[in-house]
Amino acid sequence: MAEESETWGSRRSRREHARASTRRGASFFGVLGELLITAGVLTLLFVAWQLWIGDWIGAAEKNAAGQSITEQWQHEFAASATEPTPAPSATNAPAEPVISPEPKDAQVFGVMYIPRFGADYHVPMAGGVSRPRTLDPIGIGHYPDTPMPGSVGNVALAAHRTTFGKPFNQIAKLHVGDPIVIETKAGWYTYRFRNLEYVKPDAVDVLLPVPQETRVEAKGRYLTMTSCSPMYFKTERIVAYSVFESFTPRADGAPASIKEAS
Amino acid sequence: MYAALWRLLPGPWWARLLILLVIAAAVLYGLFFYVFPWVSALIDPQDVTVQ
Repeated sequence: MAEESETWGSRRSRREHARASTRRGASFFGVLGELLITAGVLTLLFVAWQLWIGDWIGAAEKNAAGQSITEQWQHEFAASATEPTPAPSATNAPAEPVISPEPKDAQVFGVMYIPRFGADYHVPMAGGVSRPRTLDPIGIGHYPDTPMPGSVGNVALAAHRTTFGKPFNQIAKLHVGDPIVIETKAGWYTYRFRNLEYVKPDAVDVLLPVPQETRVEAKGRYLTMTSCSPMYFKTERIVAYSVFESFTPRADGAPASIKEAS
Repeated sequence: MYAALWRLLPGPWWARLLILLVIAAAVLYGLFFYVFPWVSALIDPQDVTVQ
């Protein structure tokens, strides 16, 4: 009996001794293993962020930013309209679109609404199409030197189709005639989606005043949206063309197209 | 490494666990909002513009 407990006791002390020795100096391979596990976890986290988490964050941020811009414009308008506003242009003549000045790089000038992409879709638009300054942090970029919404010619825009809140994620699901509404401080510009196209990345002629028509002077008002294709790759670009329908001044309130059931 | 961290932390086990959770949350926040966007801009294989 005594012998037994002694063996047990010595075994325990040996075990404790062993544990103490690992405590004193963590082994090289132990640390290496933990570092490798950490690296693996970080890599998986990055993938999860790239595919899902970052999109939730990005989409929420962009929708919130778009909403606050809209509210601010509405607020400024209400504050400035102290005198009775001229009766909403109830005449049949459609309002002549107000053309905003071209924004500086990364300067927010508009908010885009596409009911097909969801009722809460309102993504900010800014000047330039650089990823670090406009497309990643803000949302939709406006190609420099292309016209502004409402102009005769071709308004060209770009945005992510995957990652960073993916504003143009569902671009391939647009139906002919879907409203694409751009809000600026002046009012709302309604475009109607017409068709999709897949082009090579160097097909800059989609940005021409009349898309893909060289040396043709534009008479119509077009909107061209570019994004990556296939998703997660850069081998091609997907292009969505739309045509201008109408301009609604801010005094008239948001047009019905902004909430059009899809 | 992590065992050493565990021993460094003061208090009973639940206090250590709480501290670790707070640290983990802070690390995740830094990764999701600063590190990953930066890494993504470096390696990301996508382009949305024609040029």
